[in-house]
Amino acid sequence: MNMKYLVYIETDNGQVVASSWEALGAALSLSDDVEALVIGSEIGDIAQCAAKRGAKKVYVVDDASRAIFDLEQQLADVKNALDSSGAGAFLASHTLNGSNLAVALATDNGAGVIVDALALSADGDSLTGVRGIYSGNVLVDVSIAGSPQIATLRPRAFAAAEDVGGDGEIVGMAAADVASPYQVLSIERAESGEVSLTEANIIVSGGRGVAKDPEQGFAYIRELAGALGAAVGASRAAVDAGFIPYEHQVGQTGKVVRPDLYIAAGISGAVQHLAGMSASKIIVAVNKDEEAPIFSVANYGIVGDLFDVIPAITAAVKEKLS
Amino acid sequence: MRYLVCIKQTPDTAELPKISAEEAASGKLSVNLVVNPWDELAIEAGLKLMEDYGGTTGVITVGDNGAIDALRSALAMGCKDATLIENSDADAWGVAELLAAAIKQDGDVDVVVMGQMTVDGNSGAVPVALGRKLGWPVLTSVSKVIAADEASITVERAVGQARITVQVPTPAIISVNKEIGDPRYPTFINIRKAARVNVPVLSAADLGVDVPGPVATMANFRKPPARDAQVTLFDGSAQEAAAALVDALLAEKVL
Repeated sequence: MNMKYLVYIETDNGQVVASSWEALGAALSLSDDVEALVIGSEIGDIAQCAAKRGAKKVYVVDDASRAIFDLEQQLADVKNALDSSGAGAFLASHTLNGSNLAVALATDNGAGVIVDALALSADGDSLTGVRGIYSGNVLVDVSIAGSPQIATLRPRAFAAAEDVGGDGEIVGMAAADVASPYQVLSIERAESGEVSLTEANIIVSGGRGVAKDPEQGFAYIRELAGALGAAVGASRAAVDAGFIPYEHQVGQTGKVVRPDLYIAAGISGAVQHLAGMSASKIIVAVNKDEEAPIFSVANYGIVGDLFDVIPAITAAVKEKLS
Repeated sequence: MRYLVCIKQTPDTAELPKISAEEAASGKLSVNLVVNPWDELAIEAGLKLMEDYGGTTGVITVGDNGAIDALRSALAMGCKDATLIENSDADAWGVAELLAAAIKQDGDVDVVVMGQMTVDGNSGAVPVALGRKLGWPVLTSVSKVIAADEASITVERAVGQARITVQVPTPAIISVNKEIGDPRYPTFINIRKAARVNVPVLSAADLGVDVPGPVATMANFRKPPARDAQVTLFDGSAQEAAAALVDALLAEKVL
């Protein structure tokens, strides 16, 4: 049985949220009947991109009112697109907006939803996802049947759909006319060039080890991150001590990340931190204390002071990558 | 104004790695249970609302009888009243259904305050599911409450890398992140008061709710594969170790 999938391509301020292509890739690996939905403002090129990456049909709601995500509006657009498409499954990347949207859709339909899936498989009439529970300390297979089958996908857990030169049909749709309770008063965006933690290939994180001079410590970490095109992370200890804002926190009460390379500088490796980064492909630990638990999950390590070691790594990267 | 904080009793995060696949499958855990850390932030947010904008803050949970301990912790932090909905079978949708019924029965709630997710189920689905069931707006990932009155609430949300200031009419639901502020410690006087507060226990039947069966089936509970990492340490001067590390990372093709 070949289920038809509708994949939500999230945009923000006219830019695509890149992990959406992973949701498209996941759908294409499960079915050859995959359509996409792009909602936003001035997003014609993103719709073309979805077609090139293999969506047979791309529904587009391109409207100035959709520049910023609004749950009420986009939920109505998604319902319209599902009606037009007749898709039996709906996938989105597990971003904040994507998960809010998927959960709202599931609640309204009395349907199930597999949130934050690490893997997906389809079998006959049911969709099965692998999820982490107890903060990733137990894995479980979650299956849903019925229609629509809804899942959100952990960023960086699925291969993104590539440009295959597809020529899927682009179908314009009117923005659903709904009253929204959400009134956006202002919006402030990060400086461009800052890499998001959940989408980063490489993360350099700092912890309590910066304490003797937090400003200089994080300056070294940022310098290495800059040389690698990496995002900057931090342990809870560093955030709680006020060395760096919360949005950089990786771990239990921060972000869960899975980069190709995670460099932990001056982070001891409490279980709450490991819960946020132990799915990284390669982990590098730099710590003065050779007994630090971080070394038990690391692939590579240097026992030493990050104030000496991190600048040395930055210099080596610049030398060897230039 | 009335604020209601929804909390859950969950394993102490330090003990999460000890939970076995069998315990997860049965739901019978041998670990120490505490207030979900995200919900401690919600309690803090609920108490700050009461202090900044007036009114009372209550707390509610869905769980077994032992979850009263979590409610007492919230009372000791300063919540004024507490309610237990006794049920240990409901999934996230069932919990949302039960909470929705209790909130309707309360009748006075202006703002529901929740944590971003639980450290056991990890779905973060309940705030939005509750919002849909009540027909109330839901603001997730709230970092700051800017204003609240009888008619509306204005908050700052952290969404991706943006900060969005948004206003919604009340009643409304907010789920908070860590920037809302460190949870306060219980005070001696509140601990004494908490012990004396009568905590009503409601059943699904009291709320007129027929708890829906699970919408998903869960199977094959298992521990994740252990990292097969055998750490390779680089010695020598910082420069020598760094050079060897970068060579190794280039060989791994992660740079």
